[in-house]
Amino acid sequence: MTTGTLRRTALYRWHAEHSARMTSFAGWEMPVQYADGPLAEHHITRRVAGLFDIDHMVQIEVRGPQAEEYLNHLLTYDITRLKPFRAHYTCLCYADGGVVDDPVVYQLAETAADPKTSYYLLVLNAINGAKGMAWLRAHSGPFDVTLRDVSEEMCMFALQGPYAVQLLDHLTDANLAAVPRFGVVAGTLWGEVPTLFSRTGYTGEDGFEIFLPSEHAWRVWEGILTAGSSMGVKPVGLAARDSLRFEACMPLYGNEIGPHRTPIEAGLKFALSLDKEFIGRDALLKQALEGPAEVLVGFEMCDRSVPRHGHTVQHHGRDVGTVTTGMYAPTIGRYLGMAYVPAELAQVGTEIEIIIHDRPRRARIVPRPFYTPAYRRSN
Amino acid sequence: MKLDANARYTDSHEWVRQEGDVLVCGITDHAQEELSDVVYVELPEVGDSLKKGDRFGVIESVKAASDLYMPVSGEIIAVNQELLNAPELVNKDPYGKGWMIKIRPSDPSEWDALLSPEEYEKSVTGA
Repeated sequence: MTTGTLRRTALYRWHAEHSARMTSFAGWEMPVQYADGPLAEHHITRRVAGLFDIDHMVQIEVRGPQAEEYLNHLLTYDITRLKPFRAHYTCLCYADGGVVDDPVVYQLAETAADPKTSYYLLVLNAINGAKGMAWLRAHSGPFDVTLRDVSEEMCMFALQGPYAVQLLDHLTDANLAAVPRFGVVAGTLWGEVPTLFSRTGYTGEDGFEIFLPSEHAWRVWEGILTAGSSMGVKPVGLAARDSLRFEACMPLYGNEIGPHRTPIEAGLKFALSLDKEFIGRDALLKQALEGPAEVLVGFEMCDRSVPRHGHTVQHHGRDVGTVTTGMYAPTIGRYLGMAYVPAELAQVGTEIEIIIHDRPRRARIVPRPFYTPAYRRSN
Repeated sequence: MKLDANARYTDSHEWVRQEGDVLVCGITDHAQEELSDVVYVELPEVGDSLKKGDRFGVIESVKAASDLYMPVSGEIIAVNQELLNAPELVNKDPYGKGWMIKIRPSDPSEWDALLSPEEYEKSVTGA
């Protein structure tokens, strides 16, 4: 599948020395699991905290007097609503509403008190790094902005789980407990490593994604694991990252969203501000008003079997859709999936069949998310 | 890699052990290690008659689905129902509680064509 050399994160050698199994992902050689295996890594993240090497993610700084105007022309979310040191999940869309990428956009500032030093950071999927940067550059012409890919010098980890905030808070001068969901704070780790702490993630658990200079990658990674060892904190690979985000029904680019799927079809209304202009807005507004022909749903297997990406969905023996992601959901203990189906079949309770190993297996539509993120529960 | 000295093996990583005139079959420790966490095992119906090399089931790990192949020809006389609720037994105890099917062989000579533990080990390690 891959050609040429795979890229390696700053921690490649650490992973290799700690019995990680490596896999190729989006042009990178990444740990898919460590010795305990993906199910154990999934559970430790839900119960304690897991540490993820996500250095393959792409970080692009956007600066200049027209940075806000420029980004607001491209991003589906209205970033004039964003405050300094806040982030939001959003999409970059083609004119037809298909998705270029689904970045998180951050409004940051060199000096927290001075709005003139304000700038933006976009975090893109690794698989869309080159394509996303080309898209950003292609539309920057009329605007007074500077784009800079800072992925090489910046390293990104995630610490996720019910004890993640508490653990990280002990290691920094920043007051992490006071940071709201999608808030960001600058500080240091151990008084020495300048770090941005962002209360975001891709697991359905509370926690932080952190940005730090690449030269400190090993020290920070090992420092967090050492500090968390008595609690049972472990490194977590891509397999568990996928099952964690899947249970919380967070989309994966290439599965739930892509050039031929829109944020409306994917149910990502919180990423959209249809009351402002942006590329793709007309198509999305039309689709929102008319209602999409196909929508993303969650389903549960009634016959026991494992649905997977690409499996055909049938309704009374007729092909009606395709599974985007499916698997054994470790926290829920069931075989679950997400799929695109015609809107008229999207009601919870609708019975469908999934073709698995050449045979139809019974399934039914269930509500999403399968796992309610900890930070969205009322108690 | 753990081996059962009393079992014989296939190139496709099944093990077979004689218990009276019945053969018990599962997948090897090496196979479960490679697959990683097993989340589902689909097994045949008791009474099915299958030929050596036929697909008798599917094993699903977190990562992927893999076919399971009959090590010898014969009739399925039992399947391990425990695996439905506890597929992780394949990881924890591949030669014991993780067994999959019992076969009444139709051609006893096929047993002799299976790999010895040493031969299987060599086929895996390439030594």
